[in-house]
Amino acid sequence: MITLEHYLVLAALLFSISVAGIFLNRKNVIVLLMCIELMLLAVNINFIAFSFFLQDLAGQVFVFFILTVAAAEAAIGLAILVLLFRNRGTINVQDLDAMKG
Amino acid sequence: MTFELLLFYLFGAILLGGALAMISVRNPVHAALFLVLCFFAAAAIWLLAEAEFLGIVLVLVYVGAVMVLFLFVVMMLDINLAKLREGFTEYLPVGIVVAVAMATVLVAVITRYITMDVPERAGPEYANTEALGAILYTEYVYPFEIAAVILLVAIIAAISLTMRKRPDNKSIDPGQQMAVSREGRVRMVSMASEKKKSPRRGAQGGGADGQQDDQSK
Repeated sequence: MITLEHYLVLAALLFSISVAGIFLNRKNVIVLLMCIELMLLAVNINFIAFSFFLQDLAGQVFVFFILTVAAAEAAIGLAILVLLFRNRGTINVQDLDAMKG
Repeated sequence: MTFELLLFYLFGAILLGGALAMISVRNPVHAALFLVLCFFAAAAIWLLAEAEFLGIVLVLVYVGAVMVLFLFVVMMLDINLAKLREGFTEYLPVGIVVAVAMATVLVAVITRYITMDVPERAGPEYANTEALGAILYTEYVYPFEIAAVILLVAIIAAISLTMRKRPDNKSIDPGQQMAVSREGRVRMVSMASEKKKSPRRGAQGGGADGQQDDQSK
């Protein structure tokens, strides 16, 4: 029997791994974007699990909208990345200091 | 241990292993491929939780479209891998500490405080897609339309961000083509008609009407 804890622990571990990924790959914008996708996946697993255990389809509708927004985010993020590489010739986060932040 | 629990552990292990490989692998192309593996395993886990429609959507939209976009961008950009990897070992202890602390706290909270009865499995007559559609197009139709607008904004933003004017591009601007007027192309010249016998002597060139801006010779 798969209980709710199984799903939630799996999602928590996945989320922690993707947070570690953001720490480790903090120079590479592409891998940072991938880690964000992984975090959204972990959150979606939580939504699906609660949707099943509460027998309520609203959670799945929410996942549907998260997938939509994440796809839009990935498309715009990659477009910005291509533009960045064309203008600066690098995707290293350390080199992107034009705004002196 | 039931069969579905075995499947859960199998796909969960693939999911976590793929995620670990994704964050630690050297090449961004391999990272993208490991992320594809993660999405497949997550889709299987969603199928176990009776979210069939979203599991298939995850495979179709994410593996089929978003990850191909990622791979396309990774392969298109000519990036210096060694430069991007520096600092990996430097931040490894911090990353591990943060991840382990976070996982410990989350797992402690989840296993101690959150429990819920396992519901009955739905019968073979239950259609997840049908049920989802029934509430998506009635109760959630307004958010659904907003999602459509978000996708439209994403399309326009991505195209307008990456489109550029090349200086050596020989394409024609249709607006300019349509804006051509008769006055811009044809000049009416009033002059005396020439004699027929000496075609080479009269150095005025061309006919009497419809002269084309002196560039034909």
